[in-house]
Amino acid sequence: MATIITVTSGKGGVGKTTTSASIASGLAMRGYKTAVIDFDVGLRNLDLIMGCERRVVYDFVNVIQGDANLHQALIKDKHADNLFVLPASQTRDKDALTEEGVENVLKELAHQGFDYIVCDSPAGIEHGAVMALTFADEAIVVTNPEVSSVRDSDRILGIIQSKSRRAIEGREPVKEHLLVTRYAPKRAHEGEMLTYTDIQELLRIPLLGVIPESDAVLHASNQGVPAIHQKGTPVADAYLDAIGRFLGEEHPLRFVDYEKPGLIKRLFGGK
Amino acid sequence: MSWLSLIFGEKKSTASVAKERLQLIIAHERACSSGPDFLPELQKDLVAVISKYFPVNPDDIKVGLEKQGNYEVLEVNIVLPEGR
Repeated sequence: MATIITVTSGKGGVGKTTTSASIASGLAMRGYKTAVIDFDVGLRNLDLIMGCERRVVYDFVNVIQGDANLHQALIKDKHADNLFVLPASQTRDKDALTEEGVENVLKELAHQGFDYIVCDSPAGIEHGAVMALTFADEAIVVTNPEVSSVRDSDRILGIIQSKSRRAIEGREPVKEHLLVTRYAPKRAHEGEMLTYTDIQELLRIPLLGVIPESDAVLHASNQGVPAIHQKGTPVADAYLDAIGRFLGEEHPLRFVDYEKPGLIKRLFGGK
Repeated sequence: MSWLSLIFGEKKSTASVAKERLQLIIAHERACSSGPDFLPELQKDLVAVISKYFPVNPDDIKVGLEKQGNYEVLEVNIVLPEGR
């Protein structure tokens, strides 16, 4: 049985694609056969973040419309075995993602023995975003410590609870996870930024992890290598911890507390 | 900032302002979205029934649901056409 994980947020620019790439890579690194699908029809970007943009021949919509089969469209990831990317199409026809078509592709992936299917949702609450969450078993809600992102996350949670197949069919609800990204412990400590506990209190869903704000994310996307592969950086470690928690392990939160620099550090600088 | 705030009195951090605002708006929006969505249907039916007896403009019938403490109040407001 394949587990379908939707990475969503409502608001744009909060780190959905970065998270989809890292979560999918992390699951594959743990040995699970994983596919990651870009649902952002018209604004394909996952391929760039995964570093496979020059190998795109066929896309999600080609498969849905029968112009290519899954085998032709799936791109094998360079960095992790067991990982395959299904890019979004550049077509402007948003209705190309039919519910039936999406369902068939997901079923076919499950049939091919994939353990996890990660759906990278577009921003907003329109058709593409709804299609990305319709078949979800689990949802990772990516939220920045900022008012509009928190509000939009709450909206998207409402949509998951009303429009997902699990909700409509009255099955066990979609398992929701909160992932706080672009977190700055110093600013949160100084009362300039919502803390991750504030966000969790507001949204009332279990916390999967806190990813610190970091230059490493831009370096990663510049190079087309998912951030989880930036070894030794807090961002990569925080994503690795989140993967562990997702798989049921216990990991204490890291990179969330601000330590005041000591006198020597302040005198001589350094990070 | 810290010694200034000692002199001029503690100023609320902007993060706590953000949290309070979010608590209010999220509670409000959850209440709205979980509310019944039969109101437009009810309004249509009322228009149909009432126009059997005299002509009304669909816009002259307003239906609303309000929460007052522990009670939910269904308010139906019908403006009768003039000259009757």
